[in-house]
Amino acid sequence: MHPAPSVIVFTALSGLGFGLLAFLALGIPDVSGTTAFIFFFLGYALAVGGLISSTFHLGNPQRALKAFSQWRTSWLSREGVFAVLALSVTGIYAAALIFLDQKLPVVGMIGAALSMVSVFCTSMIYGQLKTVPRWNQPMTPAVFIFFTLAGGALLAAQLKLAALFMIILGGAQLLHWMIGDKRLNQEGGTIEAATGLGHLGKVRLLESPHSGENYLLKEMAHEVGRKHASKLRMITILFACALPALLLLFTTPGHATAAIAIVLHLIGLFAGRWLFFAEAEHVVALYYDRHRA
Amino acid sequence: MTTLPQTTQKKLGLAIDLDICVGCHACVINCKEWNTSNYGAPLSDQDAYGANPVGTFLNRIHTYEVKAENKPAQTVHFPKSCLHCEDAPCVTVCPTGASYKRVEDGIVLVNESDCIGCGLCAWACPYGARELDAKEGVMKKCTLCVDRIYNENLPEEDREPACVRTCPANARHFGDFADPDSNVSVMSRERGAVPLFDEQGTKPVNRYLPPRPKADIQTDGDIDILAPFLDTTPSPQKGLLGWLDKALEAI
Repeated sequence: MHPAPSVIVFTALSGLGFGLLAFLALGIPDVSGTTAFIFFFLGYALAVGGLISSTFHLGNPQRALKAFSQWRTSWLSREGVFAVLALSVTGIYAAALIFLDQKLPVVGMIGAALSMVSVFCTSMIYGQLKTVPRWNQPMTPAVFIFFTLAGGALLAAQLKLAALFMIILGGAQLLHWMIGDKRLNQEGGTIEAATGLGHLGKVRLLESPHSGENYLLKEMAHEVGRKHASKLRMITILFACALPALLLLFTTPGHATAAIAIVLHLIGLFAGRWLFFAEAEHVVALYYDRHRA
Repeated sequence: MTTLPQTTQKKLGLAIDLDICVGCHACVINCKEWNTSNYGAPLSDQDAYGANPVGTFLNRIHTYEVKAENKPAQTVHFPKSCLHCEDAPCVTVCPTGASYKRVEDGIVLVNESDCIGCGLCAWACPYGARELDAKEGVMKKCTLCVDRIYNENLPEEDREPACVRTCPANARHFGDFADPDSNVSVMSRERGAVPLFDEQGTKPVNRYLPPRPKADIQTDGDIDILAPFLDTTPSPQKGLLGWLDKALEAI
């Protein structure tokens, strides 16, 4: 799949933002006044910034409000609805905490839950697609959720907790790759299955429908990512999980270690998210005789 | 509304005969012509006369070579357009309700004034039937020429999709798959047509009629299959020429 920068930024930043907001809404860390304002401002900047970035890849962003209407069937619509609900409910908690010095724990818990549901909906935009077998597996939401929990805990200055979530994230990410590598074959990922001509023999593309590129190939037959997949996997695991987890567990906690851990984690997050898109195979490429093992 | 209808009164669609299609791309051109000059946003091209031309098409023809072991390869031209699936994943993923499946005839359409151009429906389609128009930023797909098939301003013989009307080989047929006695239902049954890429669970309405089995020509190794028709060894001559032939052989 084409790794569009707007979508990578959207999923990465909004995931981080909602993770931070979920911890803050649960009263972690226990802050108030200006400190609380700065924490919540960061959470909102990341979550809202990510959501705005997602509109950059739309053909007609002026109609984006219509995307809230089809929550009955569409995960993309649900994502929008839950994001707005999470931001609103958490906003009530934040306003009461910052301006009235009042803690509303029930509101906070609802806000935290809505934030996590919003991230789950984001993951299901991709996880639901049968056409992208690598994404269509239970570990897709798991990876998104644990990225959110690890990044959120890290930004909320819960360093030991962040290290724990990073270790779980690493496991979830490895499982996602192991399962993902087998998914295309499990879903009948051959040109013979796609064309229904397998009963006649082995099929190969003799002539493409068009001499140049087209929307389908640009969007769904991206192949650069797979060439460097193993290197990017190493970078993801090292930077998003292993290095920051080791740093947080075995050094004295402080602003410096936290800052380094955040930078490392962000590199891993963006590498992993880029790879998530770039290495995913879409079955339509089978008609173009791509994805041959 | 992106909730799919439980059933549709008609199941309009195409039966495409892979045995007959000659790969001339006339349907591609007529589709582009009709759908550019009629309903909805035109199908734009970018850099049409430049080094890297791209454009929006609703119908594309792939050409495959199929080869069974110890048999000559055969060519299959494979037209591909929207299959108007009963379980259309492109409809349910749409966040705005722009994509919908009609209850009356099962045609899957895009309401372009509601489309935000997010492209998720194109990702959800296993057949590559949807293309985002680069100029208009809205999703384009086969409408089954909904503006032809019910159009009383057209002569009756023209009230079928442009691709069907133009096919010079008669490889494309239009009809109602809900009616078991319709032309398309009968030919699909007789030719053993199966749903395309059934593993994806989309329940497509369109059917592909598989290539008919070729006459089984045994080659027994490396013998030229045309050998019987090529008189490579001259038949024995009689008279003076026959004597000359023998005499020359003997030298």
